[in-house]
Amino acid sequence: MTIVHNRQIANQIFEMTFTGELVSKMTEPGQFLHIRVGDQVIPLLRRPISICDVDLEEKRCTILYRAEGEGTKLLSNKRVGDSLDVLGPLGNGFPLHSVVEGETAILIGGGIGIPPLYYLSKQLVQRNVRVKHILGFATRKDAFYVNKFEQLGETAVTTIDGSLGYQGFVTDYVNHENPAFDVLFTCGPTQMMKAIEEQMNPNRGYYSFEERMGCGIGACFACVCPVKNDSTGHEYRKVCSDGPVFPQGVIQL
Amino acid sequence: MSKLAIQLPGLSMKNPIMPASGCFGFGREFADLYNLNQLGAIAIKATTEEMRFGNPTPRVAETPGGMLNAIGLQNPGLENVINKELPFLSEYDVPILANIAGTKTEDYVRVAEQVSKAPNVTAIELNISCPNVKEGGISFGTDPNIAAALTKAVKEASEVPVYVKLSPNVSDITEIAVAVEQAGADGLSMINTLLGMRIDLKSEKPVIANRTGGLSGPAIKPVAIRMIYEVSQRVSIPIIGMGGIHSAEDVLEYFLAGASAVAVGTANFVNPYVCPEIIEELHEIMSEKRIDHISDLIGRSWKSCYSPSLSR
Ligand SMILES: Cc1cc2nc3c(=O)[nH]c(=O)nc-3n(C[C@H](O)[C@H](O)[C@H](O)COP(=O)(O)OP(=O)(O)OC[C@H]3O[C@@H](n4cnc5c(N)ncnc54)[C@H](O)[C@@H]3O)c2cc1C
Ligand SMILES: Cc1cc2nc3c(=O)[nH]c(=O)nc-3n(C[C@H](O)[C@H](O)[C@H](O)COP(=O)(O)O)c2cc1C
Ligand code: FES
Repeated sequence: MTIVHNRQIANQIFEMTFTGELVSKMTEPGQFLHIRVGDQVIPLLRRPISICDVDLEEKRCTILYRAEGEGTKLLSNKRVGDSLDVLGPLGNGFPLHSVVEGETAILIGGGIGIPPLYYLSKQLVQRNVRVKHILGFATRKDAFYVNKFEQLGETAVTTIDGSLGYQGFVTDYVNHENPAFDVLFTCGPTQMMKAIEEQMNPNRGYYSFEERMGCGIGACFACVCPVKNDSTGHEYRKVCSDGPVFPQGVIQL
Repeated sequence: MSKLAIQLPGLSMKNPIMPASGCFGFGREFADLYNLNQLGAIAIKATTEEMRFGNPTPRVAETPGGMLNAIGLQNPGLENVINKELPFLSEYDVPILANIAGTKTEDYVRVAEQVSKAPNVTAIELNISCPNVKEGGISFGTDPNIAAALTKAVKEASEVPVYVKLSPNVSDITEIAVAVEQAGADGLSMINTLLGMRIDLKSEKPVIANRTGGLSGPAIKPVAIRMIYEVSQRVSIPIIGMGGIHSAEDVLEYFLAGASAVAVGTANFVNPYVCPEIIEELHEIMSEKRIDHISDLIGRSWKSCYSPSLSR
């Protein structure tokens, strides 16, 4: 894959676009890529990053990442024209068939959980599904892609300090506005998704999980999470290969 | 015969490369990526009698040139391995080294007895060295008498040759190696992971939920090389070497130290195609360096016939 651009778009948030044959396989929103950030053994492991947008015709894929730790900082130093070692698309994304034409999907994202919702929203809109977005950030400086989401449908933004949009968490907004919807899609910190589930109690809901990964393909058992209401204590799912997106009620939130 | 073919107790290998236990699952994921028939053998994930969930997450953390893991021997249990995983692998013409674990001698014996009856299991790898489980695991691997007694019991129960996988977390690894050889081990696997730990600066707590984990990857290669160098001079059974192998050159180094085959672990996470790539690279490097057969290199770093021709 060849990097086409890599630039900062918000506080610590970078947008990277690259091109290559692999892009033609990236049709499912919510899937992720396993990216090698350097050629050396430090850092050793790949980094899982969600697919944020895809242009199948131009064979371009966009990711958004927060440059915080060692690996993502290295990624932020990559230049246009550099090649990128990408494994993917991996995992199972958001099921598009779970919502039909004319229904309303609500997409709720927190921070760096927001990127996969963008490709999802684009595809839902194409299928004539009505979309509502609720995007939660810490402050105005951390906010990204608000305009892009607004172009696709109704978009509410919340910030913890109130510097942009509604003051509070996405759940405070939900409590206050009580938005109507048919299907819920969400990605963000597990605490956030748990609070959303409790408050909204959706009939149909899909949650995207994060877990520390080794292989990213289902071989190492690093990324497992226990299933809900399992009396045996043995049942699990792998976030990398069974997820990262799971339907309501499968994983213990 | 191919320059890379290696014949070891129970393992008739096209080449000396096998994926290491725990780093390849039961092969399914990698079978989607390449033809497993290319591999010399496959070491499957540790199998215990009962199904195990393992440790809480996060289970892995990065370290310079390595990683820590505390998976906790998660596996689907003996019955599922025999009925679901091994039949899948039997579609391939690759010998299987079945890594087994337990908490008591009887557990190991029962697993060995049954798994060694599976048609495609041609050898057992006795895991007496997992640092990530409270009971059993490493305690079997740190005392020469206990290790020897367990080896003997498993040897009696197994229908196939038994390799004992040694822990590096001991003060004298040769002592354990000699003890298990005397107890009847057909070969050794070395090394398992080194016990390690990382602490997060923000939370001021260990990064891994289990607190400690096993260190693997390039960072441990010198430790493994040293141990194989020492042990191979003391035992006459073959050694499957492992620890940080990422390239064909690493493989040559292991052979020079005294290994007769190698396993590739963590590198599979960094590059899932690494095993077939190393095999191809090995073919090239052997011709380039005019090595007649890879077995010519075994232990050459300490045997008198040392030849300096290997440096590039
Ligand atoms: C399925 C999935 C999708 C993701 N999508 C995105 C995305 O689109 N954009 C984005 O910015 N981040 C995303 N993340 C989180 C991202 O993987 C981590 O922020 C990143 O790996 C941190 O790497 P680092 O080198 O900066 O941090 P370091 O702290 O230096 O990393 C050390 C180790 O911890 C792991 N790690 C650290 N944080 C996480 C985390 N939150 N989840 C999993 N592993 C972690 C790293 O992979 C690495 O192995 C995603 C995670 C998962 C599991
Ligand atoms: C995630 C992970 C899981 C492992 N699981 C097992 C296991 O189940 N049984 C075992 O004997 N060794 C296990 N190991 C140890 C490896 O087989 C190998 O001995 C070790 O990782 C050193 O090789 P490497 O540096 O190439 O990874 C595991 C290692 C890792 C990284
Ligand atoms: S990261 Fe290896 S199983 Fe999911």
